[in-house]
Amino acid sequence: MTLQIKKGTSKKGLLAEIEKRTGVNLSACFQCKKCSSGCAVGDLVESPPSEIMRRLHLGAGDELLESDLIWTCASCETCSSRCPMGIDVAAVMDALRVLCLERSKAKVTPKVFNRAFLNSVKRHGRTYEMGMVTAYKFGTGAFMGDVDKFPMMLKKGKLSLLPSSGADKKTVKRIFKNLRQKKEGE
Amino acid sequence: MKIAYFPGCSAESTARDMHASTIAVAKSLGIDLIEPEGWSCCGATAAHQTNPVLAAALPTANLLLAQQMKMDMVASCAACFNRLKSANHKVQSDSTMRKQVAEAVGQDYDGAVKVRHFLEVLFEDVGLDTIKAAIKRSLNGLKVACYYGCLMVRPHEVMNFDDPENPTSLDRLVEAMGGEALDWPHKVECCGGGLAMSRTDVVIKLTDGILQMAQNAGADCITVSCPMCQVNLDLRQKDIKKQMGRDYGMPIIYITQLLGLCLGNAPNDLGLDKLIVPPTNVIATMTQNG
Ligand code: SF4
Ligand code: SF4
Repeated sequence: MTLQIKKGTSKKGLLAEIEKRTGVNLSACFQCKKCSSGCAVGDLVESPPSEIMRRLHLGAGDELLESDLIWTCASCETCSSRCPMGIDVAAVMDALRVLCLERSKAKVTPKVFNRAFLNSVKRHGRTYEMGMVTAYKFGTGAFMGDVDKFPMMLKKGKLSLLPSSGADKKTVKRIFKNLRQKKEGE
Repeated sequence: MKIAYFPGCSAESTARDMHASTIAVAKSLGIDLIEPEGWSCCGATAAHQTNPVLAAALPTANLLLAQQMKMDMVASCAACFNRLKSANHKVQSDSTMRKQVAEAVGQDYDGAVKVRHFLEVLFEDVGLDTIKAAIKRSLNGLKVACYYGCLMVRPHEVMNFDDPENPTSLDRLVEAMGGEALDWPHKVECCGGGLAMSRTDVVIKLTDGILQMAQNAGADCITVSCPMCQVNLDLRQKDIKKQMGRDYGMPIIYITQLLGLCLGNAPNDLGLDKLIVPPTNVIATMTQNG
């Protein structure tokens, strides 16, 4: 494959920032591609994990945050567990996602979903699927997906009409407040 | 034996059956599961994809409850098990993180509560021999594909559970119940997990691969211990049928449901009616003579 590396907005590229955030030594990667061959979504994306690693080495900047792997990655941790150099590749993915949340406004579906999920936790102390699903559907405009399954899920008790009331909401709210949730989870 | 039990949010919705069967099995085997009052969400995938401190702080709030109870914390949900254990690992290995978590939660936590999966309690505290002796009905040679997925086994340094590439705990339990645990290559493949709603396309692709492999191996059913795996594999069979024309009709059953059946629990106490693909063939095999 041909790699196109452009310098992004950050002068030094993302390498140092990712290393700082994850404590991972990225230079240990020798491009064996074991992470990519085991990656759950490796053949569904344009840039598998080893390519992300290489592009970081080569000084890629914020344009890397648009890589399709970032929001296709299922956090399965196969990459981290198989890397012969012990590099926590999945942690690099997490760090790239957090950077993406901080720096990019793109409305990627998993991003909207995560926000709906965490908002539900913030409000009720536990996840409340119905509320979360509604927020997610409004956030993405993807109203039709899976609605055919709702009646069956409700009937089987796999969805609840009301949020659970058992959680210690005060503690959870305090955690969110103390972290101020930066830009996320508003 | 008394253990703090963390049900996890899905116990109140998509995985009522996992919760019910865990409780039923525990009761049959004399394990006293105690729900910590006021437990809250572990943060799941959404938290660690958003903010690393939040991802450790949410489980910590729960682990502090178990610490007050002076008990180990057990989870049946592989995802909660993973998040609770990862939080322990984080506060233990990273002092800056420990401080940040303490600031967020409002209390310092040392990571000392022992986090266990319900399977570990079955193996270590009850023991396979006791379980075997308690079994009233055999699986009668039912062919079971044991599916572990990601969160129970990875990353191994943190989870320290079984073998990360070829785990066998579910298999050994299935064999103890008189079933045939199949040798198949997709034990620890990923089902798409938390992408269930946001990237259904990915989940359909991945679950189709797993279902196909289980079918090729001759499985009567797939057994799981994770609510995300269960829902993805069970629910998506409809979409796979619609989109690809493959109709697996493969029951996806929690290991605690299988064990409950063998221990003589009533199907209703095990939430068997909640499974989308009904486990008719499982029941039929178990009730056929010799
Ligand atoms: S497995 Fe590790 S060393 Fe190999 S390419 Fe991936 S990150 Fe680099
Ligand atoms: S954690 Fe993400 S990048 Fe790593 S193997 Fe799994 S899907 Fe691929």
